[in-house]
Amino acid sequence: MSTANVDRSGGGHAHHFESAEHEFDTSKFGTWLFLCTEVLMFGGLFVAYFIFSNLFPETFLEGSKYLDWKFGAVNTAVLLFSSFTMVLAIYYAQQNNNKKCANMLMITFVCGLIFMVIKYMEYTHKIEMGLLPGDMFAFQGAESSNLGLYFSVYYMMTGLHGSHVIVGMGLILWCWFRARKNEFNSGYFTPVECVGLFWHLVDLIWIYLFPLLYLID
Amino acid sequence: MSSAADTSKNYLNHEKGLWSWLTTVDHKRIGIMYMITVLLFFAIGGAFAMLIRLELFAPGGTFEAQVYNQFMTFHGAIMVFMVIIPGIPAFLGNFVLPLHLGAKDVAFPKVNLMSWYCLIVGAIISFISLFYHGADTGWTFYTPYSIQTDNGTILLVLGAFVMGFSSILTGVNFVATTHRLRCKGMGFFQMPLFVWGLYSTAILQVIATPVLGITLLLLAAEKIMGIGFFDPKLGGDPVLFQHFFWFYSHPAVYIMILPAMGIISELITAFSRKVIFGYKAIAFSSVGIAAVSFFVWGHHMFVSGQSELAGVIFSFLTMLVGVPTAIKTFNWVATMYKGSIQFQSPMLYALGFLFLFTIGGVTGIMLATMAMDVHFHDTYFVVAHFHYVMVGGTLMAIMGGIYYWFPKMFGKMYSELGAQLSFVLIFVGFNVTFFPQFILGAKGMPRRYHDYPEAFSFLNSVSSIGSWTIGLGFIVALIVIIHGLLKGAKAPDNPWGAKTLEWQTTSPPPHENFYTDPVVTGGPYEYR
Amino acid sequence: MAGHHQLNFKVLRNTLFALLSLTILTVLVAKPVSGFDAGMFNFVIAMGIASLKAGLVLAYFMQLKDDNKLYLGLMISCVFFLLLFFGLSFIDIISRAPVDSTL
Repeated sequence: MSTANVDRSGGGHAHHFESAEHEFDTSKFGTWLFLCTEVLMFGGLFVAYFIFSNLFPETFLEGSKYLDWKFGAVNTAVLLFSSFTMVLAIYYAQQNNNKKCANMLMITFVCGLIFMVIKYMEYTHKIEMGLLPGDMFAFQGAESSNLGLYFSVYYMMTGLHGSHVIVGMGLILWCWFRARKNEFNSGYFTPVECVGLFWHLVDLIWIYLFPLLYLID
Repeated sequence: MSSAADTSKNYLNHEKGLWSWLTTVDHKRIGIMYMITVLLFFAIGGAFAMLIRLELFAPGGTFEAQVYNQFMTFHGAIMVFMVIIPGIPAFLGNFVLPLHLGAKDVAFPKVNLMSWYCLIVGAIISFISLFYHGADTGWTFYTPYSIQTDNGTILLVLGAFVMGFSSILTGVNFVATTHRLRCKGMGFFQMPLFVWGLYSTAILQVIATPVLGITLLLLAAEKIMGIGFFDPKLGGDPVLFQHFFWFYSHPAVYIMILPAMGIISELITAFSRKVIFGYKAIAFSSVGIAAVSFFVWGHHMFVSGQSELAGVIFSFLTMLVGVPTAIKTFNWVATMYKGSIQFQSPMLYALGFLFLFTIGGVTGIMLATMAMDVHFHDTYFVVAHFHYVMVGGTLMAIMGGIYYWFPKMFGKMYSELGAQLSFVLIFVGFNVTFFPQFILGAKGMPRRYHDYPEAFSFLNSVSSIGSWTIGLGFIVALIVIIHGLLKGAKAPDNPWGAKTLEWQTTSPPPHENFYTDPVVTGGPYEYR
Repeated sequence: MAGHHQLNFKVLRNTLFALLSLTILTVLVAKPVSGFDAGMFNFVIAMGIASLKAGLVLAYFMQLKDDNKLYLGLMISCVFFLLLFFGLSFIDIISRAPVDSTL
């Protein structure tokens, strides 16, 4: 988010900012603006969810029965915990402790991995059953004639979310490398802060997806 | 103010070689790169427009219907996604915004460069679709046809998706720049009005464009996997696509026009030698238009199968747009009143804007009236209306802006006579092309058809002849620009006697814009 | 105050516990899991708990509580425009000719 090749160890900053503080603040502002775009992008899917679930309540009720809430609940806990370790990474960066910062980032990364493995297990199970989106829906014995639509919503929402988890994991790994090189200090930890904000947003979206997809009554 | 510093070094010769341009993070150089790409895409989109008018010159036509559909689709998609949307913010805005604010660069220079590459990659993907039977859906990709049509549509959709990122990145950058990089003494109400226009635009880009992203993603998923969101066969709703599409694309219309209004504010005050009338009213009406633009998308859908209730609500809400727009127009006219007006070419374009945009705006109110729209919908009346807004509004402002900032960009003057000739040709040609289309539309000629009955032939021929005049006008404009670049006399730092900050530095500006950090003590337009 | 706000370990830990407890709560009050039924309020309860959790993440993990209120304004306006998007589209869809539950 800033111009490269700036020495950060002694409060350095890119040439068009007044101070390191100014640069940090602006980077964070940019990140929040980017989060807004993410909210509205996912928002489109939420709007579709609410419209279709209002039009076809029985379809959505039936569809959610084929999802196992235990997977969803475990994944929620994993993501919440990863958010906690992510913010701890910032906490340790603020205390000039790059080693612990790196460890926390690694734990966050592993949590993301666990989330994706569980997601993978869920997906393969559904795909074997033929619970596929829209046109490809092949499950025999569905009561609702458009159950495929529910699974379209399910795959689009969790798929877009999962792709964000993967991107987030990549960014966290990048921060981990930089923390290993002792690049962060109490005056400069902008990448951890901004990646952290992104990771929390991914968590935030899952907080809503979990009850909406798994716990419909 | 720059007499003591070394003025032989500027951003153009700061570094040398093609590679230094392709990897630059200097907002001025990125602006110039956008200028080249946007003008190139404009030439391609314009060529498609010429082919459309050639087909419609006489009944019977020259091309096959399918080929015509592709001309129309590519003309629309290129002009919207590659010319008008990046045209002002990413090209002129990129160059001028930091100068206007007294900043050294935009907030995130690398992101700025990335947005240019997103545009290029998206454009390349779009053009590849031409090799896969092209796309024939029109730029709106309406379902269910876009799901069924079996050709390169999906590539055009993905290309538009990638270009959306370009727009988002520019928006994020500009909002952050406006908030955080104003020079000392510049509060929000000391900013030039072009900045207000760009700021409102950037907010729209941040909030609306992601919805286009998800819409196009869903459409692509629909075509690849048949997810059924927009397919009634699977329980989806094709009209829902139009809601999704226009929730972005109506604000997108204001992404096109708001920065144009900003340029007009600059031009009118500079060439009237007068403080702008109603600074705050113009500034707030920019933000007002941006906000209202999210409430009105349903007026594109009056005959789509949308319910009457929603139609009535949208029809009413759409009328609201007229209020802030009229506020701006009145303020511009009031600014000119008793001013010392100089009719140089940028001002001519600004006056052209006022005349054409008013016609476009007023016919917009006609179309917002649901009862009238049922008659006019999908006729040439609509085509004429939005060309009066988009070409008569935005394109006039781009041309005015190019001529206004050309001396600052390149340190050269262009031929004033040539620029005025190009204005006359474009202005006259534009009216000859599009005014007959109002009449054709009112008589009931539908848009997007490759052929028409004999009764419409005279006005269509007039319209086609007008299109050639516009084409000639743009060729003259291009020659004026190239001639200015090669042979132009050296431009003074402030050829127009304007008061905003970019004219306080040298032409062209140095690498970091200003020799000493500017400090603002008053408003942007203190002419007397 | 914007900028480098010093984080507090205890606050973060308590936030995590609160979030995990709320997750357990939302599972416990879900009808498919426990059979608990508050009728039409089931949805409201589920969304209420989710929003509470979202609020905690925003306030403490994303530090909105001590940060520039501009960011909070950004998030609120995003939600506003989403509600607008949903509301106006939904007015159209419910006021059309009715659709029976599944085609």
